[in-house]
Amino acid sequence: MSEHYTLHVNGVERAVQDAWVGENLLYVLRERLGLMAAKGACEQGECGSCSVLVGGNLVCSCLVLAASAVGEPIVTVEGLAPPGAPSDVQQAFVDCGAVQCGFCTPGLIIAAHDLLDRTPEPTEMQIREELSGNVCRCTGYGRIIEAVQQVAVARRTADAGAAS
Amino acid sequence: MSAVDTGTRTRDVLGASALRPDGIAKVQGTFQFSSDLGGDGVLWGATLRSPHPHARIIRIDVSPAWKIAGVESVITADDVPGQMTYGLIDQDQPVFASDVVRFVGEPIAAVAADHPETCRRALAAIVVEYEVLEPVLDPEAVVAGTAPAIHPNGNVLRHQRILHGDPSVTGDIVVEATYDIGMQDQAFLGLEAALAIPDPGGGGVELHIATQWLHEDRKQIADCLGMAPEQVRLVLAGVGGAFGAREDISLQVHTCLLALRLGRPVRMHYSRAESFLGHVHRHPATIWMRHHATAAGEIVKVEARFVFDGGAYASTSSAVLLNAITHTQGPYRCPNAVVDGWAVRTNHLPCGAMRGFGVVQACFAHESQLDKLAEACGLDPVEIRVRNVMHTGDRMITGQVMQNVAPIERCLRETAALPFPDEPVGGHDGDVMRLPGGAGRTADVGHVYRGIGYAAAMKNLMYSEGFDDYSTARCRLADGVVTLKFATAEVGQGFVTLAPQIARDVLGVDEVVLDRIDTGVGSAGSSSASRQTWMSGGAVNAACIAVRDRLFEHVAARHGVEAASLRIDGIEIVDESGALRLSVADASAGVEFDETREYHHPPTEDLDENGQGNCHTAFAFVAHRAVVDVDPDLGLVKVVQVATAQDVGRVLNPLSVVGQVEGGIAQGLGLAVMEEIVQIDGRIRNASFTDYLLPTMLDMPPVVMSFVEEPEPLAPLGAKGVGEPPTISSTPAIVAAIRDALRQAGREPRLDRVPVRPIDIIGVHERPRT
Ligand code: FES
Ligand code: FES
Repeated sequence: MSEHYTLHVNGVERAVQDAWVGENLLYVLRERLGLMAAKGACEQGECGSCSVLVGGNLVCSCLVLAASAVGEPIVTVEGLAPPGAPSDVQQAFVDCGAVQCGFCTPGLIIAAHDLLDRTPEPTEMQIREELSGNVCRCTGYGRIIEAVQQVAVARRTADAGAAS
Repeated sequence: MSAVDTGTRTRDVLGASALRPDGIAKVQGTFQFSSDLGGDGVLWGATLRSPHPHARIIRIDVSPAWKIAGVESVITADDVPGQMTYGLIDQDQPVFASDVVRFVGEPIAAVAADHPETCRRALAAIVVEYEVLEPVLDPEAVVAGTAPAIHPNGNVLRHQRILHGDPSVTGDIVVEATYDIGMQDQAFLGLEAALAIPDPGGGGVELHIATQWLHEDRKQIADCLGMAPEQVRLVLAGVGGAFGAREDISLQVHTCLLALRLGRPVRMHYSRAESFLGHVHRHPATIWMRHHATAAGEIVKVEARFVFDGGAYASTSSAVLLNAITHTQGPYRCPNAVVDGWAVRTNHLPCGAMRGFGVVQACFAHESQLDKLAEACGLDPVEIRVRNVMHTGDRMITGQVMQNVAPIERCLRETAALPFPDEPVGGHDGDVMRLPGGAGRTADVGHVYRGIGYAAAMKNLMYSEGFDDYSTARCRLADGVVTLKFATAEVGQGFVTLAPQIARDVLGVDEVVLDRIDTGVGSAGSSSASRQTWMSGGAVNAACIAVRDRLFEHVAARHGVEAASLRIDGIEIVDESGALRLSVADASAGVEFDETREYHHPPTEDLDENGQGNCHTAFAFVAHRAVVDVDPDLGLVKVVQVATAQDVGRVLNPLSVVGQVEGGIAQGLGLAVMEEIVQIDGRIRNASFTDYLLPTMLDMPPVVMSFVEEPEPLAPLGAKGVGEPPTISSTPAIVAAIRDALRQAGREPRLDRVPVRPIDIIGVHERPRT
């Protein structure tokens, strides 16, 4: 229990003190930094509930040693939008009924943001393929796909409006 | 999705697609699940479990664990101050095993320490010496009476017969088969987790827990702690899904024991592997059925034998078996029946509640049988079912008369009329992801066959067999704001969305505050059996009506009108003459009305020895159609579309119902083609999401649906529960579609077990070995 290091999380330098070197990023975010949005549902890289961005890449934080993320910008759901002012993806998830128990939701929100940033107009098959690493046991996914599609359309409409 | 209008919202009253009040917190990650609770100085708890399915404990030495720095407590059965066992129906499961272990994963000891890693080391240091015993793993041996008793209560958890009508009747056409259903896991995403905070002085404890039924947990916990129920306060922590797996005790007692012993808060979290051991599962079952019908396809008799493997402890096995055998006939008329059902104890993982509760297993068997009948009679699958549909007023095989709205024919016909997928096999774009096997790029369009299958189901709602099932709600109106309190577990289903809709409807207010969900109000019963919309909805409705009555009396006295002439119109109170019109906000200014009500459903009764009796409360119906693409040589399946029409009574929140339907179908799909807990020699072999396969976004097809709305006069809001039916007949519909595809490929498929595996499709195991 003797590691000291600094993580760059949501634009802020966060010191991690007296940590055990075996701790994964999910544990350190939640238990040492109090960032509880990322969830652990398998700790094996199978469910995506723990998804965060490290160095701009979508990763399962349960599979990343926290100490190995030093020097990389880390983004969690807490860093996407301030409390009470949800992002477009977050609002669409609520509006479309994409949330039931909500345990899968933070991971899906990060993954959907990442998808739409890389692929602004995904086909339905692209959405299914890109988000297939995020398991949801409650919704059957239909409303989640609907939410992502709704954001894609809204962003395109907004872009078109801005361009004209 | 089609034929469903989720509509534009004006006021979030009943019928509107009101949004979840916890939605923003959930998408922003600020909603607190049970696993998010902790804080400085909170210790971690962990559980030592049996590695053997059956063994005698010779010696437990916990002293090495105490020597590890950071370990604060180590407890075993010796430290249980109250009742040593717990259970929902029979209290036959030890808090900690002390003499015998009966399944792999049975708790033996628990530790509390400063870090999860310290806990892990402490558990590894505890020495347990076992004398390994021969496990009882064959349910048929228990039925035959040849297995030794593995529990003082014996190995038969329940044996129940149903004899109805004339058992000697035979049909022109007889079809029979034996069906096997694998063990399914609820696989909620939010793992078991709890935080126990002892009262100063140790006179009580507060447990923050993700559960389905706070008051039942409290009763069982208090018994084991040797406390009065009032000394144990339960608060619902955020629940990450349930599906039946949170109806039984898992870590509740252990966490409280550690916290009380230490006088410090303790949190306990299960890992995924531990979760597979720590909660009950859907019963694996073997069901034989023989249907007799006239040449025209009219069912005249059903014979059946059910054997459910309950695993090591009773849990709800006896109720699950009752549900299974009383649904032998499915949603069809059946004048004569001979049914024999067994639920037995083995050294497998304990089984209990999962969405569908026994009816899933029965439905896979009766729907496979209906397809056999259709073939034998030369009828199509919809026609054979329509010919046999049950109606309101029909007598069921238990002798009970169907009293509910029963629009089964509509469910079937509307399902059949829903649009088919517009893409051919492989899709217009030729994307391999559309083919069975997907990214494996193994299937070839030319070898893929598309099949269509139908199935229908009946599901009982609420509790059965004489249980006094009720829910409690408290409604307070002050200055135009309503506060609701109830102990109804919100597990993701959306009761927290529905309850305010009811209050807005009844009381004409817009602002509804939900009080904390805890044991500070009467029991709500369990969030299971598709019962909360009916039961807790009924309680909230009754409490709101009681408050409205008092408000009307108050307004009547003030304005010199008859209370009976008043009604709510939008957000206003009006009287019949139209002379009086004032807002609820104004009418309730400066006054406070506070009413608590219980809602009980009509009593039910036990079955007699011939399985006759009015044992169930109410029923809902559903039909499913599946379209699948199958590569018969590779044994790969891609479900392309599921269509469904569901009897919902009345849609109270379209968006919520869509979510229940799609989510339930995903679990039915899982059982059809993916999900099975594999146990070999009494040991689970796939206790991880790597090996226990859950449907992903690529496995789950689009769903087209229509809601059959015929308001149920016996339901307080006209609405039937919608949670379970989607899970029930989706499974046999998918399997029927696979059979249809294989027939087109010239195969003679049996597919009499779920989940359907590649070898079942290819038929490898039926070929003689060379
Ligand atoms: S918790 Fe990391 S992928 Fe499941
Ligand atoms: S909403 Fe419960 S797991 Fe996705």
